[in-house]
Amino acid sequence: MEDLISVLITTIRVSTPLILACLAGLYSERSGIVDIGLEGKLLGSAFGAAVVAALTGNAWLGLLAGVGVSLVFSAIHGLASINFRGNQIISGVALNFLASGLTVFLGGAWFGRGGNTPPLSGDARFYGIQLPFAQELAGVPVIGPIYSGLLSGHSILTYIAFLAVPVTAWVLWRTRFGLRLRAVGENPKALDTAGMSVSWLRYKALAITAVLVGMGGAYLSTAQAASFSREMSSGRGYIALAALIFAKWKPYPALGACLLFGFLEALQYRLQGVRLPVIGEVPTQAMQALPYVLTILLLAGFVGRAIAPKASGQPYVKER
Amino acid sequence: MSGTMPLPRWVDVILLPVLNVTLAFIIGGIVVLAVGENPIEAVRIMLYGAFGYGYGFGFTLYYTTNFIFAGLAVAVAYHGGLFNIGGEGQAYVGGLGAILVALAVGGLHWALALPLIMIAAALFAGTWAFIPGWLQARRGSHVVITTIMMNFIATSMMSYIISRILKPENVNSDESARIAEVTRVPFLSEWIPFLNNTPVNISLFIALLALVGVYVLIWHTKFGYELRTMGHNGVAARYAGMSNARLIMVTMAISGALVGMVAVNDTAGAHGRLLLGYVAGTGFVGIAVAFMGKAHPIGVGLSALLFGVLYQGGQELAFTMPAITREMIVTIQALVILFTGAMSNMLRRPVEFAFMAARSRREPDRVAQEKEA
Repeated sequence: MEDLISVLITTIRVSTPLILACLAGLYSERSGIVDIGLEGKLLGSAFGAAVVAALTGNAWLGLLAGVGVSLVFSAIHGLASINFRGNQIISGVALNFLASGLTVFLGGAWFGRGGNTPPLSGDARFYGIQLPFAQELAGVPVIGPIYSGLLSGHSILTYIAFLAVPVTAWVLWRTRFGLRLRAVGENPKALDTAGMSVSWLRYKALAITAVLVGMGGAYLSTAQAASFSREMSSGRGYIALAALIFAKWKPYPALGACLLFGFLEALQYRLQGVRLPVIGEVPTQAMQALPYVLTILLLAGFVGRAIAPKASGQPYVKER
Repeated sequence: MSGTMPLPRWVDVILLPVLNVTLAFIIGGIVVLAVGENPIEAVRIMLYGAFGYGYGFGFTLYYTTNFIFAGLAVAVAYHGGLFNIGGEGQAYVGGLGAILVALAVGGLHWALALPLIMIAAALFAGTWAFIPGWLQARRGSHVVITTIMMNFIATSMMSYIISRILKPENVNSDESARIAEVTRVPFLSEWIPFLNNTPVNISLFIALLALVGVYVLIWHTKFGYELRTMGHNGVAARYAGMSNARLIMVTMAISGALVGMVAVNDTAGAHGRLLLGYVAGTGFVGIAVAFMGKAHPIGVGLSALLFGVLYQGGQELAFTMPAITREMIVTIQALVILFTGAMSNMLRRPVEFAFMAARSRREPDRVAQEKEA
């Protein structure tokens, strides 16, 4: 029981940035803009958040800066893929490189710690929040460990991430904006004909993407870790993308996929050096590769089919 | 489109790429200024580091060799409308093929071993690239996503193989056993003392041959014709009786085999053993090299040289100006990909207008006639 709870706690911790990045990608790809740049946005916003939190000593200002960085990245992505009708994938790849290069370059020049930012402490970090009555209920069997151990004590960003799932579902299926968002990803021409601006809608979607993924990046450097270190996003943007495919571009399945991938990661920490009956010791590398292998199998249609929004990846050209 | 006329060919092929790359470097220069260093001085140090003395020049050529392979791999796929982001993983797996053969034939003279090593590296890397090709051709999974996934799978798989299987008992760091000296691809400095023991080796000539080979393949064979047709318009290619599925699979395998040659340069040559994570971003540089070179072998050769200069000069720069780390090069690389790949239309419009204006001043009557028609 205690083992399971501790693995589940780790699952929630490592899933948080995945969920935020995955939902971010959902908005963008639903609007017809493929976002391979999630990885770069995570990394860039983690850096921005850590730098500003270190300089001001305020985690909230750090969060704001993180979101600001990913907004800038999204603006570049939008400019390239909406206005100049460039290749969205190439633009995303460029953003990933830009983040990877600039963060270490600027970090090195500003702090001289080989690309890392100074350690954050006190108000410069997001700490776990105790939910009401967590202390009192801790002793109660079953409910105690689940409520006080598992559900309580996470940072505000984790709660926001989990809250963002139902909100996204509601926005997507119950609001006018959601309807238009889904439509612009499937058939932008229909919206154009109805007199709506395809570009403006896509920019709005990209802005939401930036806010969500920016929070994910800020979580990495100001909540999960206590500073920025080089390449700290370490493929999470790509995992989020994989989860998005896994979830077939739907919010609740996205949560499920992120938790699954998070669980695999948590299990991998847990199983290091442990011998299992029958299988023996599971190599960490096999666990690390598992989400990617699963995604490929899914994409190949061996475990169901994943069909992306129809217009995704294609720049919209207004008829003249 | 919108009343502008097609630009002369040289503008498309030379002027626009040069303008885009210049823009990338100007922004890079601004970033250098932002951390309080002089960009012009930085360029001077870089050029000196890359060309100024034999040791630097040797390293420049060594990097260039890798970038030619990586750039060609991306370029070949790009002609078929495929975006191969998996060069990194493919080259890594190619290293496995290279080391297995090189160790197996240990003691064989390099002139005999080299072809075997090349074939093994091409086979391993080509297979790693063939899988996403097969997945796209037969199962419809997009090659961009699968090659990214394959990169990660390669990292995990190779890390396991190197640290658990290939690593000899008496070695502490994660690497394979060393290749026998006679089998190892020899450094050019054996014949040219000026190169001062730098890792540039016979692979440089293989890279130059590959440039010519790819040129012939793309523009002078039936396969190349079909590839370009598919790249321009997949539907048209299918109606013309070409098998897109077969083309995709063959193209990805060729692309993988090309980037697999990085293993010949590094594993069988420069390092003489398989190192953990030896590819170190080379596969990704290929993307920038291919875009900068407009996917043409001449362009790829020149931009590979430019990136070779940036990499080697960057080392010198990091040494001389501590505020500028090697990551400045990654930043430049990102800007190059951004401006030549994703934002290539940004400068096209202004250039088109400039040409229209220039032409209407020269031949006002004809332009007016064209406008009426």
